[in-house]
Amino acid sequence: MITVDSLTKTYGAFRAVDDVTFTARPGRVTGFLGPNGAGKSTSMRVMVGLTPPTSGSATVCGRRFADLPNPGREIGVLLDASAQHAGRTGREILTIAQRTMGLPKSRVDEMIAQVSLTPSEADRRVRNYSLGMRQRLGIATALLGEPEVLILDEPANGLDPAGIRWMRDLLRGYADQGATVLLSSHLLHEIEVVADDLVVIGNGRIVAQGTKAELLASAGTLVRTRDVPGLTTALATAGVAHAPSAAAGGSDALRVEADTEVVGSIALDARIALLELRAAEGAGLEEMFLELTAAEQRETTTRGEAA
Amino acid sequence: MSTTATTVAVPPSPPVSRRAPRPVPDPVPFARLVSVELRKCFDTRAGFWLLASIGIAALLATGSVLLWAPDSAITYSTFASAIGFPMTVILPMIAVLAVTSEWSQRSGLTTFTLVPHRGRAIAAKAVVTIGISIASTALALVVGVLGTVAGSALLGVDAAWNLGPERLFNIALAQVIGMLVGFMLGVTIRHSAGAIVGYFVYSFVLPGLTEVLAQTQQWFGDLRPWVDVNYAQSALYNGSLDASQWAHLAVTTFVWLVIPLAVGLWALMRSEVK
Repeated sequence: MITVDSLTKTYGAFRAVDDVTFTARPGRVTGFLGPNGAGKSTSMRVMVGLTPPTSGSATVCGRRFADLPNPGREIGVLLDASAQHAGRTGREILTIAQRTMGLPKSRVDEMIAQVSLTPSEADRRVRNYSLGMRQRLGIATALLGEPEVLILDEPANGLDPAGIRWMRDLLRGYADQGATVLLSSHLLHEIEVVADDLVVIGNGRIVAQGTKAELLASAGTLVRTRDVPGLTTALATAGVAHAPSAAAGGSDALRVEADTEVVGSIALDARIALLELRAAEGAGLEEMFLELTAAEQRETTTRGEAA
Repeated sequence: MSTTATTVAVPPSPPVSRRAPRPVPDPVPFARLVSVELRKCFDTRAGFWLLASIGIAALLATGSVLLWAPDSAITYSTFASAIGFPMTVILPMIAVLAVTSEWSQRSGLTTFTLVPHRGRAIAAKAVVTIGISIASTALALVVGVLGTVAGSALLGVDAAWNLGPERLFNIALAQVIGMLVGFMLGVTIRHSAGAIVGYFVYSFVLPGLTEVLAQTQQWFGDLRPWVDVNYAQSALYNGSLDASQWAHLAVTTFVWLVIPLAVGLWALMRSEVK
């Protein structure tokens, strides 16, 4: 159980995390989703006591992280797989963590096997590791103490497709055994596959949260046509809310707050040919997500008016 | 900005398969932290060679004295200072890196999540630092004994045991202070290259400047023992100290070591580990 309450972190005038409140519950995978620089990593650093919050609080297992007697045994943390001494071997990094936590020596070899590092890779210095290998080592460090809470920042970065699949199964398995899993990502699709609950953050604020099913259901209909102005007029005449959508990857799509049957008959009455008509599962979320990214002006989306 | 949200109220908790509540683990004992920090000093190539270089420098220094020193200088104090000097340079580097690598190599992200009370991790590093300086000094003295015995046997001169317990204590104290200076710079600067440069300025550049200043400015010459930390410490290598020299050492060490260390620790506790 992770409880974040009215968490705010400011750097001068910049509000990196702005009044963030959410709960990650046991037995569920909670996806912490947001574009780069949204405040995910800062929030996670506050949760584990590496960054002092400006106001608000975060507790893990009902206690402040700093009050945990042996945090590695209760909470597995991976914030940045590259944040390791480059001159140590993978095995040495695990051994240091194993000794700090007071675990039997055999745990090191068990974890090396569990994250599919070969013994010779484990004896290599981390300087020579690929990002994927560092990620596996970081996950091994996080799982070493058999924690009941996992806090993982972008754990799929650098993993190959098989590795991502492995990671997903691993997190699912942990949650099914009753663990609390919080993982962040800037990729909606990556998190959609594994998460039960979603917390979406943009510019330091939570913009949506709930179960994945709810967030994906609240999206209406996605419709594509070559005659966007005609369909827009027809929908406006019928009094149905709609908005241009970039979710289909082009500028010919609209997201409509009505079910497919209503939209289909409006189009039929207006004699407009449709290219595609479907329930916009997740399109609303994706829309919001792209808008967040565009608002930050780091990328240009396919929507001309969003830039 | 138009980030309107499709905010959904947090739903009531669905039933979950809960694991049996687990016992709260025992706190991490301090002795364990000390042993882990000691290991971390020497488990990298840089750390290993720094340690090895202490032994290598001790042997080279002993050999040099045997080969090139005049017979009259084959004394225990010659060996002890020949071995001790390279250590005064190497030991503080170990202390600097023990602290700064947590930031420069970013391993602090793991260290301070496994030990969220940063003070305990840093205190463990301080204990290791002091322990290493005492052990190294003991090593230097033992190698010095071997050198003196070998020297007198090889060259046919009488072994000259001209270092009493008081001087041995002073030399050990000087090594501990020197290593704590490195530790202080590590804590305060928290960047490997910066802290190492800081150490060389502190220990090798400043003494030259104060020397020049003392010779050209009468007022500074009088004031120097009270403000020049290296000057006050150098007395420890040159025999026994009188009461005023101990006072100089206490005052300068407090100003140049204790106060910056306190400020550095205060900042370190509040800093963000990234």
